[in-house]
Amino acid sequence: MRRPARRIGTLGDVVVLGALAAYAIPFFWQLLTSFKPEAELLRVPPLLPSRLTLAHYRVVIEQSLMPQALGNSLGVATLTTLLALVIGLPGAYAVARLPLPGKRLLLLAIVASTAFPQIATVSPLYLLMRALDLRDTWAGLVLVHTSFALPLTIWLLAGFIREVPIETEEAAAVDGAGLLGIFRWVVIPLLAPGLASTALLAFLFSWNEFLFAYTFTVSGASRTVPVALALFPGVFEVPWGDIAAASMLASVPPVLIVIVLQRFLVRGLVAGAVKE
Amino acid sequence: MLLLAPTVLALAALTVYPGVWVLWLSLQHRIPIFEVSRFAGLDNYAFLAVDPRFLNAGRATAIFTVASVALEVVLGLTAALAIHAQRGGRRLALSFLLLAWAMPAVVTAKLFEWLYHPTAGLINVALGARSLNWLGDPGLALPAVVLADVWRTMPFVAVLCYARLLAIPAELYEAAQVDGAGRLATLTRITLPMLGRILLVAVLFRTLDALRAFDIMFVLTGGGPAGMTETLTVYAYRALFQTLQLGFGSALSVVVFLLVMAVAWAYLKFLRAGTTVAA
Repeated sequence: MRRPARRIGTLGDVVVLGALAAYAIPFFWQLLTSFKPEAELLRVPPLLPSRLTLAHYRVVIEQSLMPQALGNSLGVATLTTLLALVIGLPGAYAVARLPLPGKRLLLLAIVASTAFPQIATVSPLYLLMRALDLRDTWAGLVLVHTSFALPLTIWLLAGFIREVPIETEEAAAVDGAGLLGIFRWVVIPLLAPGLASTALLAFLFSWNEFLFAYTFTVSGASRTVPVALALFPGVFEVPWGDIAAASMLASVPPVLIVIVLQRFLVRGLVAGAVKE
Repeated sequence: MLLLAPTVLALAALTVYPGVWVLWLSLQHRIPIFEVSRFAGLDNYAFLAVDPRFLNAGRATAIFTVASVALEVVLGLTAALAIHAQRGGRRLALSFLLLAWAMPAVVTAKLFEWLYHPTAGLINVALGARSLNWLGDPGLALPAVVLADVWRTMPFVAVLCYARLLAIPAELYEAAQVDGAGRLATLTRITLPMLGRILLVAVLFRTLDALRAFDIMFVLTGGGPAGMTETLTVYAYRALFQTLQLGFGSALSVVVFLLVMAVAWAYLKFLRAGTTVAA
């Protein structure tokens, strides 16, 4: 009785996995395209190339803006994440633990700003960037990205801080630790997984962001990966192979995060939606 | 209070202040290249009421939002149930899904532009060497954009539902089994009701995102062909930065903003009402 059931279960597993692998075909197809010889790109079928080539990657790395854009994105996303955490962590602690006047209103404002459409502030921010001479700089992008990553950061961190049993903090206070000491020695260590989840989501947000990056950047000095990809140049024909290679490079950090840090990613995603 | 000061300062400077500024801009005629800058009152909004392009953008936004959110919820729920029923390989299964979600939307647009290629695109090949012009045909472009967006964001719904499924106490299922409930009864009487709330949350998040979606249509079709995929956000962006009508574009942005806030408010009311009934 038991055995056939298990076999059906395994078969079901394989079917589901197969279906989900098929779901990722758009990605794998682009991956394959990025290694296909130029001459075979537009001749489909056959689906599989006769040989694999690195030519597209060579073009992207040697002749396009992509390497610079990867550096810009890495810098902007890292700085955005750090800034959002540095500003957001004390804020989240205050929201989660301290009695504040007007706390409900503040929370409402934070939730509302996570729903804020970027298009609503892009025109004044453009004027602001121009007035402050921040167009086409990392600093400008980091600032506007932080303004969107910050509400999310506070929202997530406040939830994670509430999960830390308040008794541990009280015990530390009894032992004579000040607010800073409690923060450094009790809250932060217990909060580490939550901090990781939050940081990942902030990083991904900044890495993927397009509207602001497209509007506030002018040159290779600050163009991020999505912008460089959207503006990928073609002279006479669309360079499908080069675009495929460039989009694979643009996907490296997100893909690594999904594969290596999936646990933290899922935890952050779910926490963001479930907390009241 | 000191702990919150940097947050309040940052949000005030980069969200609230521009939010008020955009309202002010929307009341002006401002076209920098012609050095036009004067107060216009509600002219920009009055123009919207008779602007066929605005109505068209509203239509595209409505179709895009309803179609993609509906598909995402149905597919995401199905995927979550399927992964939950798996005994092994759940992590790998989730990876395939999250891959689609984690990439920049611009990459998704490039992926699908290639899949939709009229002669060499995988989709036409799979359809038996048809030569449908997915992104150039006015009847196909919006469905094509919806499909790309669903591919990218369905995993979000799936992950939320899957996490909720893991949290349903096993005793409920055991009790159902004891009562002799079949698979269908278990699904409709236990699983789906337990998922109700998280589905509402997922629909809220996805609706807000769909209303302000920009990257996917801007890169994939640029709003074309013939404005078929030009949503309110794309129209606003083009008015602001392509035809450089800072005042009029800001009025469009304000409309998107109000739309998003109205939907968020309505959902929150609905959610809260649902909670009271459940309690």
